[in-house]
Amino acid sequence: MNSRIIIVNVIRWFLLLFVQIFLLKNMGFYDLSTPFIYVLFLLLLPFGIPNILLYLLAFGTGLTLDAFYDTMGVHATACVVLAFVRISFISISLNRDAIDDPEPSLSYMGFQWFSLYAFLCVVAHHLVLFFLETFRLTEIGYTLMRCGLSCIFTLLIILLVEFIFYRRTPR
Amino acid sequence: MRNLWIFISRYNAFFLFIIFFIVGIYLTVKNNSYQRSVTLNSSNEVVGTAYERLNVFKRYLNLGMVNDSLAAENAKLKSQLLALTTVDTAKYVKVVDTVTNQQYTYLAAKVVKNSITLRNNVMTINKGTVDGIKSGMAVIAPQRGVVGFIRDVSAHLATIQSLLHKDTKISVTLKKNNALGSLVWGDGNFDIKKAFVKEVPNHIKMYVGDSVVTSGYGSFPAGILVGKIIKPNVATNDNFLSGELNLFTDFSTLQYVYVVKDKKAEEQKALESLVKPNE
Repeated sequence: MNSRIIIVNVIRWFLLLFVQIFLLKNMGFYDLSTPFIYVLFLLLLPFGIPNILLYLLAFGTGLTLDAFYDTMGVHATACVVLAFVRISFISISLNRDAIDDPEPSLSYMGFQWFSLYAFLCVVAHHLVLFFLETFRLTEIGYTLMRCGLSCIFTLLIILLVEFIFYRRTPR
Repeated sequence: MRNLWIFISRYNAFFLFIIFFIVGIYLTVKNNSYQRSVTLNSSNEVVGTAYERLNVFKRYLNLGMVNDSLAAENAKLKSQLLALTTVDTAKYVKVVDTVTNQQYTYLAAKVVKNSITLRNNVMTINKGTVDGIKSGMAVIAPQRGVVGFIRDVSAHLATIQSLLHKDTKISVTLKKNNALGSLVWGDGNFDIKKAFVKEVPNHIKMYVGDSVVTSGYGSFPAGILVGKIIKPNVATNDNFLSGELNLFTDFSTLQYVYVVKDKKAEEQKALESLVKPNE
């Protein structure tokens, strides 16, 4: 069981980064809306993962993306913020002892919980990402617009992917 | 101590977040040239403005001395003016149009931050791109003596890489025989009143008291007094001579400097860039 989780996550990491780097990197609407689907990997990591491992994975994934986007450190920082939001949201919204689901995916947690969870994480990630990228407050309106539109795009794709791989499980 | 550990481990998510976040920001600023320049410039702007405020008070302390030097300079200029206006124009004088042909213009600037105690000293002045200052311009002291080069420029401020810096090298000549050399500071001597002329050809004779002036080959205009030789003919191991000199610039009391704008600097640079490196 344990090794199955690891294999699934490794495959998911490669798939999502492949899609992100080779497909979505070349996509975007007028430089306003760019999807960052790779965050789904961090969202779907199993519940029982230790915090330090989660942070290391987030940082490493971010650095990998940075290597391809030539933005050393920007994605890594955004991913770390996402990890923090993930930990906080899970610890607030769920009772730690009562968690018996393996991972926080749409199939296990239901649409309402998962969409709120994905929304908060993605918004935090994109805010940090875009503000670090522009690194100034003078174009704040434009940056916020880019951030908002990209959030919508990313969330749409994340929900789409989750519905495609939806498995009805007894809850 | 135990409570501290309990506290840290209970909120480990937050502390880990802080650590990773700082590492991420550090990587971002260190490796991306745009983010780095924004950080450096804004911090420079903040620091520079703070020093400017502070200097409003400091200025009063040296007011007497600055006044004296201004008066002396004024007197010198007046006497020059007198010499110019009393030229007998009846006697075939050729008038040179100095306004349109002038290559250098000077811009006075106030020093808002100065350092003299470090190995590499940098000072800040209160003029920037708004006043037409560009990186690489020469800076000279009010009466006589050189100060350094403009290093970085923001909108209203600029930093000067002073002569008291290990990378500063100024092309100079001995006034008496036009022998070329380069002026450097440091090299085991950290006295702000002394510097070295290096790379003077071996056959040149230097004497105590020889004047050293700028050569005009760099961004400095030719003939600006730099200092006087106090220890001539120091043999180095290569084919060149060195000399120790007393600087005319007193870096410790510097309040105003002149930035030298070279009208033909860009033209010269463009022309010289046509020469290929290993021709």
